[in-house]
Amino acid sequence: MTIKTVKDAINDALVQSFEEDKNVILMGEDIAGGKGREQYQGTQDAWGGPFGVTQGLYTKFGGERVRDTTIAEAGFFGAAIGAAMTGLRPIVELMYVDFAGVCFDQMMNQAAKVRYMFGGKQKVPMVVRTVVGAGFRAGSEHSQTLYSLYTHIPGLKVVAPYDAYDAKGLLLSSIKDDDPVIFMEHKRLYMTSCEVPDDLKPIPLGKGRIRREGSDVTIIAIQRMNLFAEEAANELEKINISCEIVDPRTYSPLDEELIFQSVKKTGKVIVVDESNPKCSLASEISSLISEKCFLDLKAAVIKITAPHTPVPFSPPMEDFYIPSTKKIIDAVKKLKDV
Amino acid sequence: MIEKEKINWIYKKIFTIRFFEERIKKIAKEKTVPGYLHTCIGSEAICVGVMAALNQDDWISSTYRNHGHAIAKGCKLNEITSEIYGRKTGICKGRGGSMHISDFSKGMLGSFGIVAAGPAVVLGAALQEKINKSNKTCVSFFGDGAIHNGAFHEAAGLAKLWDIPMIFVCENNGYAEATATDWHLNTKELSDITKAYDMLSYIGDGNNVFEVYDITKKAINEAKQKNTPIFLEFKNYRFSGQYEGDTQLYQPQEEIDKAKQNDPIKLAKENSSKYGLNKNDLEKIINEAKEEVDKAFDFADTQPWPQPEDALEEVYVNYPVEINR
Repeated sequence: MTIKTVKDAINDALVQSFEEDKNVILMGEDIAGGKGREQYQGTQDAWGGPFGVTQGLYTKFGGERVRDTTIAEAGFFGAAIGAAMTGLRPIVELMYVDFAGVCFDQMMNQAAKVRYMFGGKQKVPMVVRTVVGAGFRAGSEHSQTLYSLYTHIPGLKVVAPYDAYDAKGLLLSSIKDDDPVIFMEHKRLYMTSCEVPDDLKPIPLGKGRIRREGSDVTIIAIQRMNLFAEEAANELEKINISCEIVDPRTYSPLDEELIFQSVKKTGKVIVVDESNPKCSLASEISSLISEKCFLDLKAAVIKITAPHTPVPFSPPMEDFYIPSTKKIIDAVKKLKDV
Repeated sequence: MIEKEKINWIYKKIFTIRFFEERIKKIAKEKTVPGYLHTCIGSEAICVGVMAALNQDDWISSTYRNHGHAIAKGCKLNEITSEIYGRKTGICKGRGGSMHISDFSKGMLGSFGIVAAGPAVVLGAALQEKINKSNKTCVSFFGDGAIHNGAFHEAAGLAKLWDIPMIFVCENNGYAEATATDWHLNTKELSDITKAYDMLSYIGDGNNVFEVYDITKKAINEAKQKNTPIFLEFKNYRFSGQYEGDTQLYQPQEEIDKAKQNDPIKLAKENSSKYGLNKNDLEKIINEAKEEVDKAFDFADTQPWPQPEDALEEVYVNYPVEINR
């Protein structure tokens, strides 16, 4: 058992996958960085991506499998699709999910559809690793989460781990998966850590996790929101309110059964999602609950999300934008009185 | 010198495609099939000439104007027609339609409805060939309209940077949808656009199937030898509209008449004796092609429709939750 950060757990999963399967390759902007050409030895592998997550891979596995790309997401995302169809298992890095717009066609119209549209004869086993999340003072174009953008598309799978344990286990699974997977890493979670067994087995996609058992209120928390849900639950425990925290972990497929079981137990539900509210995971999960568990509900589902605005830059505004522990506590108290 | 068997194959395919597309024009007029139809009348020599230089398991990508590529790449006529008719036994089980005729088992990575989607996908297949040190040829077909799209340029840049020996095949048929090429081109020659990437390019007569074959074959050898992508521009004329039903008011009659002088079928017929086909051989090939096409359309008409719920299949390889109905 070792304590690992999310960042290191992801690097471990990549190294392990590279060692296990020679068909795994990695492509992205600055994933090595520096001067990769032979005549300039010494400065290569300088970055390992903007957060250093892939550092060491180029040195360890070489430029054939770890490919720094031009700033041309449509080009190398398309290439990942063709490479995946013909036998490789490419991982591509979308530096920030906010850049989805410049290569969304490749994911929406090709990666997601070629299997279905061409009669089920081919598969696209590729993974898009991307960085999401606010709270980094990074402004409107480097801070979004956009979970629902990809979850909306049939043919794509969407994974968003909270801790290092899930990050490693789910990334191992995502790379082995035969469908295109969007693997979302939260920039504010990279340096958080927990125990991760060295021999951790892949965690199947579509299985959520009860992070805390409780009996009064169910909090369904999306990725970083698990942190605030946990803080809120600790506070509320002091006044004898028992919260159950459900972390779905993957959004397509979604572990609906796990959510419904918890809702049946407590009858009171809060969904916490860092995304904008309209057509979000929060609205989807809340609608599923009212459709499938209406008679178990003792109150309407409460959604705690960001407002319907871009992510603002200035700290007071950005902190206001992100759902908070206090908002969760207030919502739980409101439900408790129902 | 091209072997006799290949010449027969070329002639058979070129006529098959023309008859096929003429039949499509007919059913489009009769409105007996669902959906958009795009025919490739005028592109037959490019489809057949390029494919004659490929092996069955080489990789290609195509577009929504794909019937000719699919036929030349060896897709079964019955399965193509059944797909166009929306039947369960179609090449894509009725889920693709005319714009997406593609058979992975015949080396087709896909027929994409999005202009310029193909080059990057083929780049990936070619990258895979390079990494696995195998030697399949990788070709992306696209039209003149695609060369302004960013996805094409991103693929071209990466292909050159990574020394990927793929072949870009641009069918310059004079029109990007309803916009004439000379209205949208900002270089003297279309293929000048590759100069920014220091990429080799060749221009050929897209109406002459043997010239297309020759240029493609040489380009494949050169690309592999020099480890470099090559851009081929074949000039031809799009006799069809953008889609069936297009009034084609933007294509002047004198332009069409002039283009007819160089119709690829006409040229193929004129060249037949030069390639050792006598009148009887040619007639036999033409009749066989016609008969096979007619049979394939008759076959499609007898095929079963898919069940509505078949729509839920094969979205994923593996999805542990039931797809919502």
